[in-house]
Order: sequence, then C-alpha cells, then structure tokens
Amino acid sequence: MKIINFNAIYILWLREMKRTWRAKSRIIATILMPLFFLAFLGFGFRRASIPGLPEDVNYSIFLVPGIIGMTMLFTSTIAGFSFLWDKEFGFLKEIMVTPVSRLSIVIGRIAGGATISIFQGLIILFLSYIFGFRIPGIFAFLLTFLLMLIISFTFIGMGLIFASRMKDIHGFSLIVNFVVFPIFFLSGAIYPLDEMPKFIRILTYIDPLTYGVDGLRNILIGSSTFPFLFDFAIMLLVCVIFLVVGSYLFEKSEVN
Amino acid sequence: MKNGQAAIVIKNLTKKFNSFSAVSDISLTVARGELFGLLGPNGAGKTTLIKMLATLLKPTSGQAMISGFDVIKDRNEVRNSIGIVFQETALDNKLTGFENLDFHSVMYGMGKKARMKKIKEVLELVELSDKSDQLVEKYSGGMKRRLEIARGLIHEPKVLFLDEPTLGLDAQTRRHIWDYIKKLNSEKEITIIITTHYMEEADYLCDRVGIMDKGKIVAIDSPVNLKNTIGADIIRLEITGEYEIDIFKNFDFIKDIKKLNGLVNLSVTEGESKIPLLLKAAQDNNIKVISVTLNKPSLEDVFLKFTGKMIRENEANAQDINRENMRRGINR
Repeated sequence: MKIINFNAIYILWLREMKRTWRAKSRIIATILMPLFFLAFLGFGFRRASIPGLPEDVNYSIFLVPGIIGMTMLFTSTIAGFSFLWDKEFGFLKEIMVTPVSRLSIVIGRIAGGATISIFQGLIILFLSYIFGFRIPGIFAFLLTFLLMLIISFTFIGMGLIFASRMKDIHGFSLIVNFVVFPIFFLSGAIYPLDEMPKFIRILTYIDPLTYGVDGLRNILIGSSTFPFLFDFAIMLLVCVIFLVVGSYLFEKSEVN
Repeated sequence: MKNGQAAIVIKNLTKKFNSFSAVSDISLTVARGELFGLLGPNGAGKTTLIKMLATLLKPTSGQAMISGFDVIKDRNEVRNSIGIVFQETALDNKLTGFENLDFHSVMYGMGKKARMKKIKEVLELVELSDKSDQLVEKYSGGMKRRLEIARGLIHEPKVLFLDEPTLGLDAQTRRHIWDYIKKLNSEKEITIIITTHYMEEADYLCDRVGIMDKGKIVAIDSPVNLKNTIGADIIRLEITGEYEIDIFKNFDFIKDIKKLNGLVNLSVTEGESKIPLLLKAAQDNNIKVISVTLNKPSLEDVFLKFTGKMIRENEANAQDINRENMRRGINR
C-alpha cells in the first residue's frame, strides 16, 4: 500500500468540493456572517476612539485582517470536524474500510477543508473593498495567501484533534462556544490587545490565532505587535504540532 | 476442509468492550463460494464479528483469516479482498449514485477504464442505471440498499459481507434483494456472509446458518439439518393460570418440552394425531387450554431450542435490552 495515495486524496478533495457546492445556503451563511461583522462593527465603531489603534488607520480597515482570521478560524475548525458528520451519517465506515492509508484520508480531508476555507477568506478579502480596504500589492497578497493557508491548516488540525476524541456531534456546539469563540475574542481580531489587563494578555499570547491576525495585520495594514517573522514562525510551529497530533489521533481512532 | 480452500477461518475470536464480551471465543470456517448466514437477535454480536472480519475493529484475542490474509496483520490485503454492506446506510447523500460508486472505485485504486466498465455493470445488475445521476438523498430505502450492494461489488471482492441487508425494507424489495444475493453467489461465485434476524431470510438464502446468541455460535448447520434437530412437529398450547408441565412428561411421544410464560411448546411426531390426547390430559388435570397450534418446524423453533427464547425483538427480555443498551453506549 502506498502511504500517500494521490488518486484517493484527489477523490476525497473532489467530494468535499461537490458537497460544499451543493450546499449553497451554507456557503452563503459562512460568507454573510463575517460580512455582517465587518459592516456592523465597522460602521458602529467608526467614530469611536479606540485606544491602541494605529493613528492613521480607521477601525473598519483595522477590522479586515481580523475578520479574515475569524473566517479562517471558523471554516477550518468546521472542516476539521467534518469527520464527525461522516461518522454520524455512516460514511466514515465506507472510507475506513477501503485500502487507503489513514494518512492519505487525512490529507484528502485537509486539502478539501483548506481549499474551502481559503476560498471563503479570499471572498471576504475582496469584498472588504466595499469598506474602503485596499490590498497593498501583489507581494502582500501572496504573503497573505500563505499565512491564510497556515492558519487554515492549524485550525483544521485543531478540529481534527477534537473530532478524534469525540464520539458524536453533540459536543460540537460546546467546542464552538468554549473553545472557538474564546480563540476568536482573545486573538485581537476585533480590537487591539495592547490595552488588555495583564492576566488576559497572557491568554492572548497562548492563543495561536493572535499571531495569525497580527501577521495578517502586518502585511495588510502595516501595523503589528510582533515582528512578522516571529508571527509566522509561531503560527507554523503550532500548525505542524496540531496537524501531527490530529492525524495521529485520527489514525488511532476505531470506527464502531 | 483445508485452510487454503476456505474463504474465512476464524479461531477463538473474542472482542471485549471493557468487561463485556460482545463476541466470545468464536471459531468458524466458511468455504469458498458458500452463502453463510449468521442468525441472532440484536446484540448477539453479529455486527461486532463482521466488523472484526472487515478490519474495522481490532479483536481482543484470537485470529481470523480471510482468503488467507490475517485481519490483524494484513489489513490492507483483507480490505482489498472484501466488500461490505453495513447495517446502517453508509452512502454520501449529497453525491449522486454514480459519484458514490466512482468514489469507491477510486479509493480501491481502479483505473478510469475499469471503473467506468465496472460501474456500468453493477448499476445494471441492481437495475439503477437510469437513476445513477440522481442525488442519493432522493433514493428510496430499497434503492439505497441496492446501490450499496452494487458498491460492495465494484472491486470484485472474494468475500462479501452483508450486515442485515434487508432491515426495514418492505416484503417486495426484500424478495428482490434476496434474488440479487442468490444470483451473485451462484453466478460470480462470491462467498457471502449475511447477518440477519429474519428467519425466512436465513432459511431461504443460506447454505449454512450459524445461530448466534450472547456472543457465541450455539449451533451451526444447513437450515434443513437444523430443522431436523427438532425432528418433529411442534404443538404449541396457550394456557391460562398456574400449571405444571409435569403432566405432559408421562407421554413417551413427547421429545422435548419448552415452557415460555403462558405457552408450552411440545416436540412430537405426527402432531395432528397427538392433539386430542394432549387436550384430554390437560382437561383431566384442570389445565385451561385457550388455543392450540400445530407447526411444522421452522428456524424459529430451532432458535428457541438452542437459545431458550424467541428471536423477535418485542420479546427481548430485560437482560437483553440491558445488553443492547450497553453495546450501544460503548459502540457509539
């Protein structure tokens, strides 16, 4: 058996694409949510003076990298969780009984999930033109794309870790409320972190999305807390750890 | 039978969930081309046994070989040589019938040409060719089953597992699927292992039937031979009030007596001529008989003989329900 089976990875990826394309209401919902955040938060706090905000940047613009980070966080975590849905509807057994290595199955799934979440992130990036946001240049765009990819892999890995440890989908909303939302709020996606009380700042440093959002902000609006390479390195490290642990746990799991 | 000729050889196979043995110490050999049935109530361990053979669960102890491959050591060779239709539907509803089959054949490493040829062939076999471009969510229960059977055949498995293939289907569709299964077995010479808790199904389809109860195979033979172990007709008396079955023990012609709440099952030969004698005896002993039925032996009676209970779900006793819940809780 080949450990990496490209045909199998492709067909798993293709399946994700078809499923997503056929659930159009879900695509629309996952694009509208971040768009609402951009619009309502952006307009609502347009005139507010927010301490810690870079001087020449208005709040709507400040928000864009954060909301892209948020989109990546939510869509990727859900993609990582999609194994649980397959488990619930029985299809996982069909996948697991085939002579395809578990690693190829995981890669196919990650490829599918990452494609979809990057696609949604890019839509938000382009739609933010409406709010006066401009991408600084082609190099910045490519760097943004790369960072989005890493953020996506990271949270697919996280979703995978949780999905492998859970028996059914009932715990999903619990994870969203008590893990995903805190990651979102503590990442500085919608406000600067500099003004946070000290004990909360410690939490923000533990949150991997903090570095993702900070990196995106560095590339897109030229303002950040950490140097870009630092953000990038931390993000990459967490990404590798989550993916390895997630794949390992998935390989160990039995289908009952 | 030599191991080399057998499709499946199982030796002392056991699966424990915590302290609960879902399958305990089963040994079994199934010949190539055989249509073998596992008959038993829910929670008897049929599905657990199948899942171990299909490499989805690791056995706690024991050994199983499929087409000469070990289900623990040669997982991928085993996966390549088996097809399986699960008890619960395992289709992707958001894909069409064709796409489900195509997904499967790519996962089994088939080339494009072979895929198209095989998919066309199996679709024709299960008469779904004209529905293959519809999303599976639009399929009826019977169509889904047929599609799953088709899918199980694409990669030309040597052994096909069918776990309760007709569960929840109407009588007509069930008949239809039985005919497919027979056809597959005779024309393609595929070894088929089928689990069921329908007596007629096992009786109609299987060359040999293994009766499973509480994780063990309690009897194994052809349906005819199994019925012959009853060796007689069954007279079933429905009785009200307290009674002792001892009064029937005086009759030499009664081979076996089984008491089941208000029912007494008596194994006799030439049942029709024995009914008057039994009724008289009952009357003499002040036992109130409400009704009498005479049955020629069926697998149901065989099942009752070996397990001491009826197979139908609604007659499951509290202990069985407990076991079932336990199994579900652990397996989920």
